[in-house]
Amino acid sequence: MKKNGNVVRFNRWGYIFLIPFIVVYLIFSIVPLVSTIYYSFFENFMSGLKQIGPNFIGLENYKALLTGGDMFTYLGNTLLLWIMCFIPQIVLSLILGYWFSDSRMNLKAAPFFKTVIYMPNLIMASAFSMLFFTLFADSGPINSLLVSIGIFDEPYSFMSHIASTRILVAVMNLIMWFGNTTILLMAGMMGIDGELFEAAQVDGATSTQVFFKITLPLLRPILVYVMITSLIGGLQLFDVPQILTNGTGDPMRSSMTLIMFLNKHLYSKNYGMSGALSVYMLIVTAILSFIVFRINNYGADDRR
Amino acid sequence: MQGKDLDKGLGIKTRRTIAYVVLGIVTFFCLCWFYILFINATRSHGELAEGFTAIPSTHLFENFANLQAGTLPIWNGMINSIIIAGLTAALSVYFSAMTAFALHAYEFKLRKPIFTFILMVMMIPTQVTALGFVRLMDNMHLKDTFIPLIVPGIAAPAVFFYMKQYMEGSLPLSLLEAARIDGSGEFRTFNTIVMPLMKPAVAVQAIFAFTTSWNNYFTPALILETDKKKTLPILIAQLRAADWLKFDMGQVYVMIAFSIFPVIVVYIILSKYIVGGVALGSVKG
Repeated sequence: MKKNGNVVRFNRWGYIFLIPFIVVYLIFSIVPLVSTIYYSFFENFMSGLKQIGPNFIGLENYKALLTGGDMFTYLGNTLLLWIMCFIPQIVLSLILGYWFSDSRMNLKAAPFFKTVIYMPNLIMASAFSMLFFTLFADSGPINSLLVSIGIFDEPYSFMSHIASTRILVAVMNLIMWFGNTTILLMAGMMGIDGELFEAAQVDGATSTQVFFKITLPLLRPILVYVMITSLIGGLQLFDVPQILTNGTGDPMRSSMTLIMFLNKHLYSKNYGMSGALSVYMLIVTAILSFIVFRINNYGADDRR
Repeated sequence: MQGKDLDKGLGIKTRRTIAYVVLGIVTFFCLCWFYILFINATRSHGELAEGFTAIPSTHLFENFANLQAGTLPIWNGMINSIIIAGLTAALSVYFSAMTAFALHAYEFKLRKPIFTFILMVMMIPTQVTALGFVRLMDNMHLKDTFIPLIVPGIAAPAVFFYMKQYMEGSLPLSLLEAARIDGSGEFRTFNTIVMPLMKPAVAVQAIFAFTTSWNNYFTPALILETDKKKTLPILIAQLRAADWLKFDMGQVYVMIAFSIFPVIVVYIILSKYIVGGVALGSVKG
């Protein structure tokens, strides 16, 4: 009996230690979440200096976003920029991860390369974007280099062409994120039972066969995890295009992302619209998060 | 047996050579930007206008002095960034470890639901609740202060998750029993026994929390209004928004370098721990 009482007395501490997290999460996350949803049902914006609303208008903001067309354009931009970054990223990361995890390759300098490829992930995205903006400016060093070695006759205006602007955004994201993906995939590959590789080797499989017949199928859960988390990150794309295009998403708003759109509404104090847009994004990310949750199957192998 | 590799597909030596060549190219594309940044930060506006060279010049300190004398409050930006990122990192690792400890070491009714809840909300981005967040801070008169940028770090689900994963592997419950028998209170046990044991995890997560906060642009830009309170990413955005051709380009490069290099230096010193720690927090192995 005494022991039981002790355990209960100690377990009270579980709640006590949770207080800071719960209080802070409630104030800084749950309340904003609920009020964001609440604001989405109101007409509430500034028209010039005149404050319109707040008037309850039900789902009108949601309807306006669905019929206005802008949201889908920006969703398209966001997804396109994500795909342009994700496809080369996953190919590169799979190859590099395979080399790093393959014991037969025995790459001596692997720790150095891992350190190098992960580094851009920690760089301030806004500063990196500003750097690209100056490097690829009409009078910037890249243009002067390209002209001097004769690839272009005159400076190419990277920032006023749709394709080149998008490519710059995708390249920056690729540089910043492929190292992270490589390390995750490598960890996944290292987790595969080594006996499988040995057995394949004994059977005379080439490393290409091993990669496609063993590594890739067994890696599928991690690949899906990487893809979904990358997509969640991709939908949040903001810093890089915001700084590169100075918030305009130009040329012709072709690199305007959803969060840039949200940011615009927040700055112009159109609370109703930004609320509705936030809720749409919340629903999408919640669905994607749930998939991640299920893949990882957290809790199922929890200790107790 | 030995010859098998050579017979089927490419030989191991060839493959290794290909790997090194590809890795060399990849390394070049990761690092060349920072090299150009460094070179250009040392060159004067006039030299920059002449085109690119790969050799550093001598104007680094001159550019920096000019930048300091200019209108951008860079030292304020630097100090603000350090204060916000430093405190966020400290609060984040300490309280996340505490939350993880609560769910790791104690048995109580809501234990499982709370754990599941935190994991479910882990991926939800802060941007989607930014509207409510900014308006709430406005109502609480916390706008244009550092509090909305620092205090939320206490409840960081991703940091919590990492700490929890780490505890599963390295914090035996018998240790807590022993501490209890020695008469140590639970709070003291956490501070003097658990936290020291968590040092490697704390180090990795402190760096991540610091850089995330240091690099954050979206939320601070919505919260901070006074020029002297702004953080480095906001100043970078201002630099971009200004008619940049009027600027001395040497200064622009120094400003970018000024925001990037502190993190690179810390990374180079601690990279061993960081790279090793990346995988633990995300994929369940």
